[in-house]
Amino acid sequence: MDLASLLIQLLNGVQYGLLLFLVASGLTLVFGIMGIINLAHGSFYMVGAYMAFVFASATGSLLAGVVLGIGLSVALGMLLEWTLFARLYQRDHLDQVLLTYGLILVLEELRSILVDNDVHGVPVPPMLAGSIPLTANLSYPVYRLFLSGVCLVIGGLMYLLIQRTRLGMMIRAGASNREMVQSLGLNIKLVYRLVFALGVALAAFAGMIAAPVSSVYPGMGTHVLIICLVVVVMGGIGSVRGALLAALLIGIVDTFGRVFLPQAAGVVVYLVMAAVLLWRPEGLFRSI
Amino acid sequence: MALPGEPATRRPWAILAAGLALALFPLLDSPFYLELITKVMILAIFAMSLDLLVGITGLVSLGHAAYFGIGAYVLALRTPRYDPASFWTTLPLAVGLSALAAFLVGIFVVRVKSTYFIMATLAFAQMFYFLFHDTEFGRGSDGITMNFKPAAAIGDLQVFDFGNPRTTYFVALGALALVLGFLRFLLGSPFGRALRGIKANEQRMRSLGFRTYHYKLASFTLAGALAGLAGYLSALQYGYVNPELLSWHQSGNVLLMVILGGPGTFTGAALGAFGFALLQEVFQAATLRWQLLLGATIVLLVLFVPGGLASLRARFRAALVGGPRP
Repeated sequence: MDLASLLIQLLNGVQYGLLLFLVASGLTLVFGIMGIINLAHGSFYMVGAYMAFVFASATGSLLAGVVLGIGLSVALGMLLEWTLFARLYQRDHLDQVLLTYGLILVLEELRSILVDNDVHGVPVPPMLAGSIPLTANLSYPVYRLFLSGVCLVIGGLMYLLIQRTRLGMMIRAGASNREMVQSLGLNIKLVYRLVFALGVALAAFAGMIAAPVSSVYPGMGTHVLIICLVVVVMGGIGSVRGALLAALLIGIVDTFGRVFLPQAAGVVVYLVMAAVLLWRPEGLFRSI
Repeated sequence: MALPGEPATRRPWAILAAGLALALFPLLDSPFYLELITKVMILAIFAMSLDLLVGITGLVSLGHAAYFGIGAYVLALRTPRYDPASFWTTLPLAVGLSALAAFLVGIFVVRVKSTYFIMATLAFAQMFYFLFHDTEFGRGSDGITMNFKPAAAIGDLQVFDFGNPRTTYFVALGALALVLGFLRFLLGSPFGRALRGIKANEQRMRSLGFRTYHYKLASFTLAGALAGLAGYLSALQYGYVNPELLSWHQSGNVLLMVILGGPGTFTGAALGAFGFALLQEVFQAATLRWQLLLGATIVLLVLFVPGGLASLRARFRAALVGGPRP
């Protein structure tokens, strides 16, 4: 394999990893701050991708679809937190697993009723449809680079939000000691609702921008969920930094695994997770 | 305070009556229900094996289908194309390899905390799923159809003829009874008491000098072995395996069975398997969109009936005569 194709695979791996990071960061935040294990998180990714497909075909513009989709996914997050998840904070993990498992079935079936069970493609926006030539016959699509860029920007914004803003301070405080935050008179319920909606929006957004690359298909949520659980377990539950590192590692390992070991591609990622767990049973990072 | 598992020991008659009803059922001569109940009894074994983890040891596994699937695949892969496999060698092999897989995964997962445990068991189960789904040796997503049911001969005598659905039914019933008896015996033994102690307060058990890691690993391995037994019987019943046996929907459904029946009693898990099958039949008969009904039922159950259907009796009593609500 020559250098240019290696570079292409590396870029693909990084892009996949960054996308996983967007989904996994919401999952890890919701766990780290609210102590909720949310199996339906992958379904939000699926919902996002289907919204991108439906709205982009209706309006003819992916951008319009994404804007509309973000608004709707924030609303969905608020609604679900208010009706379901707010009742789960005091429950044990078994109840959380069950309720979110039920939610997956409901969202999958609603998707099947509202759209259908077919595989759909979402066209790349014309502005980003080109590709950059690398050698005489190899090139790299602009949209994938754009995707990585967007993920990096969002990751940076999240860093600023968590480390530099007042809300971020409340989030960090809530993650380390929620009773203390509450007794200081801060509205922890509002923080929870915002964090949950943020997590839903991040997952849905990842689904929307990934739709032109990965296409839109039933069961896409489950696949992403399980890979994201691997990322969260490796990175350390609740740690956004850990999620970033683990997501990049998984993205690159998975991509190269498919190239060099196509026979065992599905298994390699889990072996890496096992190795990390053997080395650090609590994941790479402890804190947010 | 009653420890989990103890109330049911007061109702041995209920268990005997249920066993008798199941033993007499084939007299009705209804092939459809015979097959359905065989399936449910196998699922009941599967659910009871998970209950050992969830209800007794306090480990919520969301990857238990992996060991069920491994047990099933062992039979399929060991069945030659033109001959039946031997029941006497493949059964121990299936149980042994499921136990080995659970042991290896357990080394990693039982030392981590509960949330971690849920996610890590799911991830490892998915690894096994892909092992059978993606590789040559698992024959991919189409699965494997066996041309022969295993032969259970001693010398020239054919002990079980698995071509006859009734034989499979009674073998499943016998396995169910044996596993239930074994698990209830285990529950009362010092080992089972230690597991319950770990569920109640692992820290305290450790400070009492118990090596909780070893107990949890043993429990996880044993649960994997019993799940493998259930998987083997399932492959034996249908003569067909595919990777969906290891899918996480299967893991989620079996967890649901345990919760439906109320964790920690084994009989509850078995009842949960029957309840789940009934629910599925009713929903499937009502609508093609039965997953929507099932999902909504689960959500509502968790929200409004914490403790599962098993807690309904206590709730009912509390509403009638007062007393502590669960």
